[in-house]
Amino acid sequence: MLYNEPSPLETRILSRRFGLPDSASIDTYLRTDGYKAFLKASGMTPEQIIEELKISNLRGRGGAGFPTGMKWSFVPRQSPKPKYIVVNADESEPGTCKDRVLMEYDPHQLIEGCLIAGLAVDAHKGWIYIRGEYRYLIEVMDKALAEAYEKGWLGKNIQGTGFDFDLYTHTGAGAYECGEESALLESLEGKRGVPRIRPPFPAVVGAFQCPTVLNNVETFCAVPPIILNGGKAFADLGVPKAGGTKLTCLTGHVNRPGVYELRLGFPVMQMIEEVGGGMRNGKKLKAFIPGGSSCPLLNAAECEGATMDYDSMAARKSMLGSGGVVVMDEDTCMVKAALRIMRFYAHESCGWCIPCREGTTWLRKILIRFHEGGGVRSDIDLMADISKNMLGRTFCPLGDAAALPTISIVEKFREEFEDHLNGKPCPFEHAGQMVMA
Amino acid sequence: MTFSPELEARFEKLLRTYPPGRERGAMIPMLMYAQDEVGSVSQELIEEVARRVGVTPLQVQEVISYYSMLHPTPMGKYHVQICTNISCLLWDGDKLWEQACKKLGIGHKEVTPDGRISLEEVECIGACSWAPAIQVNYDFHHFVTPEQLDRLLDSLGKKQ
Ligand SMILES: Cc1cc2nc3c(=O)[nH]c(=O)nc-3n(C[C@H](O)[C@H](O)[C@H](O)COP(=O)(O)O)c2cc1C
Ligand code: SF4
Ligand code: FES
Repeated sequence: MLYNEPSPLETRILSRRFGLPDSASIDTYLRTDGYKAFLKASGMTPEQIIEELKISNLRGRGGAGFPTGMKWSFVPRQSPKPKYIVVNADESEPGTCKDRVLMEYDPHQLIEGCLIAGLAVDAHKGWIYIRGEYRYLIEVMDKALAEAYEKGWLGKNIQGTGFDFDLYTHTGAGAYECGEESALLESLEGKRGVPRIRPPFPAVVGAFQCPTVLNNVETFCAVPPIILNGGKAFADLGVPKAGGTKLTCLTGHVNRPGVYELRLGFPVMQMIEEVGGGMRNGKKLKAFIPGGSSCPLLNAAECEGATMDYDSMAARKSMLGSGGVVVMDEDTCMVKAALRIMRFYAHESCGWCIPCREGTTWLRKILIRFHEGGGVRSDIDLMADISKNMLGRTFCPLGDAAALPTISIVEKFREEFEDHLNGKPCPFEHAGQMVMA
Repeated sequence: MTFSPELEARFEKLLRTYPPGRERGAMIPMLMYAQDEVGSVSQELIEEVARRVGVTPLQVQEVISYYSMLHPTPMGKYHVQICTNISCLLWDGDKLWEQACKKLGIGHKEVTPDGRISLEEVECIGACSWAPAIQVNYDFHHFVTPEQLDRLLDSLGKKQ
């Protein structure tokens, strides 16, 4: 059973098997073109595979949006060291719940994506790093891996191609920061998830100090359809500089929250109104997060004319991010939202660099005081100042991820902060009691 | 320390997963799987895992303190984790959290006196589109209403 009804407005490429009977089984997979892309890729040169990815305009789906074909081309294939594949299934960006369904409903698609990556960079081993909370997905993936070994789609001399590949699951243990690629690699090695200084990037020095392709689950899952149908078909689904679809997690104040696969470039307002069934209780839109809590927020006016793609969001000084869309209605207290977001980053900061460790903690304290009615006017600028001083001054992007949404909230919803001044109770605490679904 | 045969088999497989000489990679998965069986990351477990992956107990200790799911003391038989992060907050996840604390008379990472239920206010658990969401041990509950939470806590209090 799916967690939410699909929408007729979806373009189901990566999610096309969702809802099929026994969709996670290898039999269903093989019946529906499964592993054909691997066979096709095994007849291609690595350069041809990477070229096809470049044509597809696939960009990383984990949040940063780096072109995948280019990333794979950075791996030094002639290096004498073994090369590895690492799947980032740490999915912990608030608002994001799409890698979960990709693994639950179609685990073999992910395995096939890893195999093709292995062919492209001459890797023969890989790990799927799954966040600890997703324990049931370890069981799902382990079962799929066992089926693939049994039917000869993993292991030695896969289907007589001469290609060997081993793939394993690896559980995390609760740490948002381990989703950051270099922290993830530290964690995979059995250490604290403290990021590495880059360069060198993982393509050159990655897992166990060897060249590594590290991508998000959704990125790997896009590879089999790209190889099977050609890069151009995938590119044509999206916008000029970004191909394909995006699994979009519609969350917050809409009537039909859910995970939907939409073409890149899908209009924001149509997504809210038609895919999401409109605003809950007929309320007005106040704020919008395009792709996880690390992205700057848009206000309602900025959503008009915006589309779900990298350039449209960049033009609005935000990011497409991870696909975690958060929709907030007119009754949402933006001070409370800012506080909750900051509590998260303060909790998850690994503490290595001072601007992040101290900045997130100060901001959390100021926001708590503010929301409780103890704020003073100068705090408003102080919050913007602290945030701006964190930008670009930290080892990993978590510092920016905490600062950017805060700056956008303070700048775009300043009057709400002013409404909390002088000991006034939060003006939203009693507005429009939320109704449960 | 002795573990169930299933866990021993899992450990054996795990240790073969990482490149030779890099068995330390198995440390965190071993701690997680063992914690599920023995209840917490005890000093004894730390020493056992350290021995098996070839590091000092101190090196294991240092890693544990970083990860929120590794508990030095046992949580309840049913560990109820309530998400209050942004997508759940918008569907009143924070009110569910308050409701649970009030009903059980315990707070964050605390256990009821009979050891049956513990509570934890958690960050996003990857169920944002089906908010508000909670996890009981590893089981997800989606679209949780106050009435459902109430019944759930009642049943966990009695369940064997
Ligand atoms: C704090 C932080 C958390 C991150 N969490 C995740 C995550 O949970 N999943 C993910 O795929 N990428 C995450 N990323 C992005 C990764 O660092 C990396 O860019 C990505 O996995 C690369 O894969 P892609 O090119 O396929 O997107 C995170 C980055 C940061 C800075
Ligand atoms: S920015 Fe924050 S999370 Fe990243 S390394 Fe610095 S302290 Fe750690
Ligand atoms: S915000 Fe609660 S599950 Fe993601």
